[in-house]
Amino acid sequence: MKIIANTGRCIGAGMCVLALGEVFDQSEEDGTVVLLDPEPPASMADAVRRAVQLCPSGALSLAEPYADRDRAERD
Amino acid sequence: MTEATTRPVTLPLTRERPFDPPDALGLWRDEDPIRPLAYPDGHQGWLVTGYAAARAILADARFSTRIDLLHTPVAQRAAQFRNTLRRPGFFLRMDPPDHTRYRRLLAGQFTVRRMKGLEPRIEEITRDHLDAMERVGAPADLVQAFALPIPSLVICELLGVPYADREKFQRDSSVLLSLNSSVEQVEAAMNDLLDYLDDLVRRKRAEPDDDLVSGLATETDLTDDELTGITTLLLIAGHETTANMLGLGTFALLRNPEQLAAVRDHPEVVDHAVEELLRYLTVIHIGPIRAALEDVEIDGRLIRAGESVTLSVAAANRDPERFPEPDQLDVTRPASGHLTFGHGIHQCLGQQLARTEMRIAYPALLRRFPGLRLAVPAEEVPMRTDMAIYGVHRLPVTW
Repeated sequence: MKIIANTGRCIGAGMCVLALGEVFDQSEEDGTVVLLDPEPPASMADAVRRAVQLCPSGALSLAEPYADRDRAERD
Repeated sequence: MTEATTRPVTLPLTRERPFDPPDALGLWRDEDPIRPLAYPDGHQGWLVTGYAAARAILADARFSTRIDLLHTPVAQRAAQFRNTLRRPGFFLRMDPPDHTRYRRLLAGQFTVRRMKGLEPRIEEITRDHLDAMERVGAPADLVQAFALPIPSLVICELLGVPYADREKFQRDSSVLLSLNSSVEQVEAAMNDLLDYLDDLVRRKRAEPDDDLVSGLATETDLTDDELTGITTLLLIAGHETTANMLGLGTFALLRNPEQLAAVRDHPEVVDHAVEELLRYLTVIHIGPIRAALEDVEIDGRLIRAGESVTLSVAAANRDPERFPEPDQLDVTRPASGHLTFGHGIHQCLGQQLARTEMRIAYPALLRRFPGLRLAVPAEEVPMRTDMAIYGVHRLPVTW
């Protein structure tokens, strides 16, 4: 699972940090998303998806969802 | 695509029960989550009551929040703000790229981490107000003793607005939020508040302090007018919203003793409880409203360029397709994803502050006064159906 963050779209609402502070943080300057772990372990997949879904601005997305699901199943 | 054949309705504001949105909204949502709405100025636009459609529109850049493009579903509200909401710094009523610039300058001030840093001070402020309630003794009006002063003091300290002047800005802000205020009253209150904060901004520029307004005055290229507009927005938004959640939320918990006990006795449910109270009570009484910038088709409905769309987030937050048993208050359910703070680029700037305040204040109140109860029959609690932000005008309690 690879998270893609578009800081140009991000409005700094902080929903991702609230949902999963181990993976997401915010810039002190403009509040935009900072990825602490752009490729979190499969064990976090559900929490990561929830955080991505909560994002109000559509700044977060996941790469290779199918490959990722396969990998998660193998793990 | 189906053409709009449903008869246009008008937006109901009266509530049959204190904690539920008007019944009509729920009926309409189940039958037609996007339906024609007659606006009092003669415009025919839309009312959205379904969760999925409301969320999609809030996130859609083809819908604008510019005040000059919007029709308002409440006649008096439209008149009140025709001239008052178009000014520098009122980024809530701007589209990108204007909005983006302001949001960027402010978002860093309201991050999850910064709000966490405020926790010790918010706990102290909460304790002080509980001490004062204990000293004065029962009964008390929870709104004046607790729900309003805590967020009001917090936002004052954060912005650098002297709390000693609260009588003035609390009065102005309640005029601005009342659906019954005349156009003259609204304009006078807005001018009074702008004058007051304009002075403050100039003082902060001359002698900066360690607060948000000083920081913006010295570290950004915002003009005095822009900074005054921003401060006005943040001051109003910062105390009225959380204040009403604290008042109405406590009322709802008092009417649901098992839920109250869970919040009081189980610290691990508090985060969920705050989200659930936000969802269940949805203090946003009217909108938000958007205007289509181009023709947009949503769920087989064609919303034409220029048409206004009122998004009833209160009804959307009770959509059974998104929240099972939506009319039950269940503080243990995961209610995040509710639309009370909005969605899309205008989602509430201060939401992490509001959450921090509520997570501290509800359990602190319930633990300090385990015997907390209403001092009047529930039906005598005056509800804010006449205000843009719903809640209780007063909440007489004893303990």
